Amino acid sequence: MLSQTSVPHFQQPLLKTPFHERARALSQVDSFVAWSGYTTVDVFTTVEQEYFAIRNAATLYDLTPMVKYRIAGIDAIAYLNHLVTRDVTKLKPNRVMYCVWCNDAGHLIDDGTLFRLGSNEYRLCTADRQIDWLLASAIGFEVQITEVTDEIAALALQGPTSYAVLKALGLTDIGKLKPFELDSFLLTGVPVTISRTAFTGDLGYELWVSPDAALGVWDNLMAAGRSRGIRAVGSKALNIARLEAGFISPHVDFISAEHTVRVGTERSPLELGLGWLVDFDKGHFTGRRALLAEKVRGPKRQLVGLEIVGNKPAHNALLYSDVKGRALIGNVTSATWSPTLKRNIALAMIDAPYFSTGISLWAEIYLNRELQWQRRMSRAEVVLRPFYAPQRRRATPPADF
Amino acid sequence: MGAGHNGLVAACYLARAGLKVMVLERNSYIGGAAVSRKLYEDFTYSNCSYVCSLLRPEIIRALELPKFGLQIIPYEGGCTFMQGGGHLALYDNHDALRREISRHSKRDAESYDRYSRDVMRQCKFIKPLLMRTPPDPTSFKPRDIQELLYLGKHFHALGEQRMYDTLRFWTMSAADFLDEYFESEIVKAHFAGSSIIGTALGPRSPGTAYVLLHHYMGDIDDTVGAWGFARGGMGSISNALGASFQASGGTIRSTAPVAKILVKSGRTTGVQLEDGEEICAPLVISNLDVRRTFLETMSADDLPDEFITQVKNFKIRGSSGKLNIALDALPSFPAIPVGAPCIRGDMHVTDTLEMMERAYDDWKDGRWSRSPYIDMLIPSQIDPTMVPDGKHYMSVFVQYCPYELAEGAWTADKRQAFGNTVINTIAEHSPNFKDLILHAEIRTPWDIENEVGLTEGNIFQGELTMDQLLFNRPIPGFAQYRAPVKGMYMCGSSTHPGGGVMGAPGANAAREVLRDLGKT
Repeated sequence: MLSQTSVPHFQQPLLKTPFHERARALSQVDSFVAWSGYTTVDVFTTVEQEYFAIRNAATLYDLTPMVKYRIAGIDAIAYLNHLVTRDVTKLKPNRVMYCVWCNDAGHLIDDGTLFRLGSNEYRLCTADRQIDWLLASAIGFEVQITEVTDEIAALALQGPTSYAVLKALGLTDIGKLKPFELDSFLLTGVPVTISRTAFTGDLGYELWVSPDAALGVWDNLMAAGRSRGIRAVGSKALNIARLEAGFISPHVDFISAEHTVRVGTERSPLELGLGWLVDFDKGHFTGRRALLAEKVRGPKRQLVGLEIVGNKPAHNALLYSDVKGRALIGNVTSATWSPTLKRNIALAMIDAPYFSTGISLWAEIYLNRELQWQRRMSRAEVVLRPFYAPQRRRATPPADF
Repeated sequence: MGAGHNGLVAACYLARAGLKVMVLERNSYIGGAAVSRKLYEDFTYSNCSYVCSLLRPEIIRALELPKFGLQIIPYEGGCTFMQGGGHLALYDNHDALRREISRHSKRDAESYDRYSRDVMRQCKFIKPLLMRTPPDPTSFKPRDIQELLYLGKHFHALGEQRMYDTLRFWTMSAADFLDEYFESEIVKAHFAGSSIIGTALGPRSPGTAYVLLHHYMGDIDDTVGAWGFARGGMGSISNALGASFQASGGTIRSTAPVAKILVKSGRTTGVQLEDGEEICAPLVISNLDVRRTFLETMSADDLPDEFITQVKNFKIRGSSGKLNIALDALPSFPAIPVGAPCIRGDMHVTDTLEMMERAYDDWKDGRWSRSPYIDMLIPSQIDPTMVPDGKHYMSVFVQYCPYELAEGAWTADKRQAFGNTVINTIAEHSPNFKDLILHAEIRTPWDIENEVGLTEGNIFQGELTMDQLLFNRPIPGFAQYRAPVKGMYMCGSSTHPGGGVMGAPGANAAREVLRDLGKT
C-alpha cells in the first residue's frame, strides 16, 4: 500500500505515488500536475534537456497513476475478446498487446495495454478509471475484475541506454526480451516484472514492482544509470516523444464516448487510424456491427499526421482546404516541434476526403510576437505516422546505446 | 399583478420597451417567494426560496441586475448524513469527489461521470427551450409550425439514443432513473433529493426524474447544475429587479391587493383593489398562479366554462414547509470531518430512497412526514451580510408537509409540532443545535399560501409533471402566456418553463405582450 499522509481527501484530493519522495527532491521548478488522482511531475528541470535524455540516454518516468485492472477467471479470455476489438486469443502468456474497446455504437471507450500474466490472468492498463464499463461488460462471464492501481508501482525506463542500465544491474537475460514481451526478474534481490513496452517509440522498458520496493528500485536504477546519462523526466518531455512516435493520447486526441456530451464528438477506432486493431474475423465483440457498417461506408473523418511549414507548433489550429480559410475541414489535436526531426509535426482530425496521405491543406496559426498576435495560414501536408521510428527500438538484443 | 420575481421581470422588460407599467403587490414588501425579511433582531432570512441557480443569465444581463446590487455566489458541495453516523459529501474537485463516493461504492464513484454526462446532455436539450414560447402543436400558424420544426430539429440533434432517453427521463421516476447509474443507497438518496423538492410525489412516482433534471438546468458562470446564494438573501433578486424597474420609470404600489380583474365585453379594462379603488389599464398581466388568477380574482362569467374546469384540475398541491432559524453560533455536525467544506452547502438527513418514499406516504395520509426530507443550508457561512458577526442563519426546506391535515385545520400548536419534528430531526445529527436556536420562523403550506399567495403553498405554482409542461403548461391551448380574455396575460411560474426563481416565464410573457403590441 502507498504511504499517504493523514490529510483528508477534501483538503488534498491528489494521492502521492510511491516515487513521490524522489520526484519532489529532483524537481527544480516545482511543477506538478494532476494525473488520474495522483500528483505527478510535468517538468523536473527543462523540457528540452528531459526530451533529449529520452532520445539520447536513459530516463525514468513515474507511470504509477496509469489505471490498472487485474482481470482473472476461467472466462477471462472470452470476456476480453468480447470487450476489445483485437483478437485476444492470439495473445500468448508473457506478451503485451495494445488494444482499444468500444461501445455498441462503435465509439471508443478507451485504449490501453493488455498484459497476459498467466493462462487466465491479465492486467489491463488504461488512461481512465472505468470499473463501471468493465463490470457492465462482464455480465454472463465468470471473471473477476479488480482495480490494482495503488498495489503496483510502475516506472518507465526509456531511452537508448536503458538496456545497458538494466544489464549493469545484473539482468543479463534482459537482452532476450523482445518488444511487447514481459518477464519476471530479480533486480538487486527485489522481484520486478519488466515489460519491453514504451510510449516513446524508442528502446524502453516498463518496470512493475511492489510499492514497498519502489524507492529501492528507483535508487538502484539512478545509481546504475549515472554513467549512462539517466535522469527523471516529466510528462511534457514525454509528450513530445509520444507525438514523434505518432501515438494518440486520451483527453487530447480523443475523448471517451463515456464522457462526451455533444453528438458527433465521439470517435471510432477507424476514425483514429486504429483500424488495424479491429479484427472482424474473430467473432462477436462490442461495437462490431457498427464498426463493420462504418468500414463499408468509410470513416467520415480520420486522425492523421501533419507536417506544417514553419517552426511554430500548430496548437489547436483550425484546418482549411483553401488558403483563404473558407472551407473548414478539421483541426489539430496535438502539435509539437520535433527536436530530433527538425520538423513541425502534429496530429489532426480531418474530414473526408481530405485525410489521404500527400494532401496539402492550410493551418490557421496564431503567433504571439511579444504580445502582438498575428494570424498566419501555413501550408500543411498529410504525412504517414510514425514521424520517428528508430531501428534500435526493435533490435533484440538491443545495443548498448 | 403581484411583485414576485416573474412579475417584476415582466414589468422590467415592458418598462424598458417604453410601456407605462404599474406593479401591484398585496404585501407591504415586494418579492413574493423571493424575499428577504428581518423577523428577529438583525437576522435576515431568505423566507421562502433560499438558493439560486436557475435565474437566467440573459435576464440578469438584460435588466442590468448587477448594477442594482445583485450578486450570486456559488457554494460548494453539500452532504447527506447517515442514520447510523457517517455521511456522503459532494466536492467540486473531481478527484476528491471520486474518493468520497468510493467510500460508499467504488463503482458509483465512476458511474457518477456517466450520470453527469447524461444529465448534462438532457440539460443541453432543455436549456434553449426555457426562454422560448412553447409552440402550439395543434396550430397551423406559421410561427407555431416554425417553433415545432425548431423543437423537432433540436430534438433530432440529440442523436438516436438520447432521443429515447429524453422521453424516458421526462416520464420515469427518479428512483428508476438513479437505479440505472448507482448501487449505493446513500448516493441514490442524495441525488434523489432534488426530484421531490416542492413536488407532491415520491421518488418512486413517475415524473420525478424530470423534477430532478429541472434542478440541474441552471448554471452559475457556466458550471451547469451549480447552485449559489444571492448575496443578502433571495430578496436581493427581487430588490434588484424592483430597482431596475423603477429606474426604467415603472411604479410599484405595495399594500395594494387586487380584488378583481375587470372585464368588459371580453376584454380587460383594469383591476379593482380590495379597498374599492379601480385602476384602468388596457393590459393586465398576472404573476399569480393560474388557480388564484382565474378562480379568485376573476368572475366565472368572464371565462369559458371548459377553461375554468381545466384551471380547477390544474395540479398545484402543497407539499413543502420551511423553517428559518436564527442561531447563536455554528452548530456542530459530528458526522462531518473537521474542516470539510460540505457544511457550507446543502445538507440532508434522508439516506435511503425507502425513507424518502415513507416520508411521502405520511403526506398522502394527511400528516407531515415523521422523518421529513430536509434541504438545510447555513448561508451565513458564505454571505457576510445576513447575520450579526459570529451568529448564523439556517434555512430548512421541508418535504413533505400537507396543505390540509387529515385531523383538521392547521393551528398554532400543530405548526409548532411540525416545527419540532423538523428541529428534532436536525438535532439527531447536531447535538448542540437546539441550544443555539434564538428564533425560528415555521411555515406550513397553509402559511405560505396566506403570506405569499401561492395556492396551497406550491413553490412551483403547479406540479412540474409531463402533463403540465411545455405546451400543456398551465392549460393546453393557453401555453403562450395569453389568457382567454383579451388584454390579459399570465407571467407566473404556472406557465412554461415553470418554477425555481428562473425569471423565464416573466421574460417570455413580456415578449408575447410586446409581440401583440407590435413592438418586437
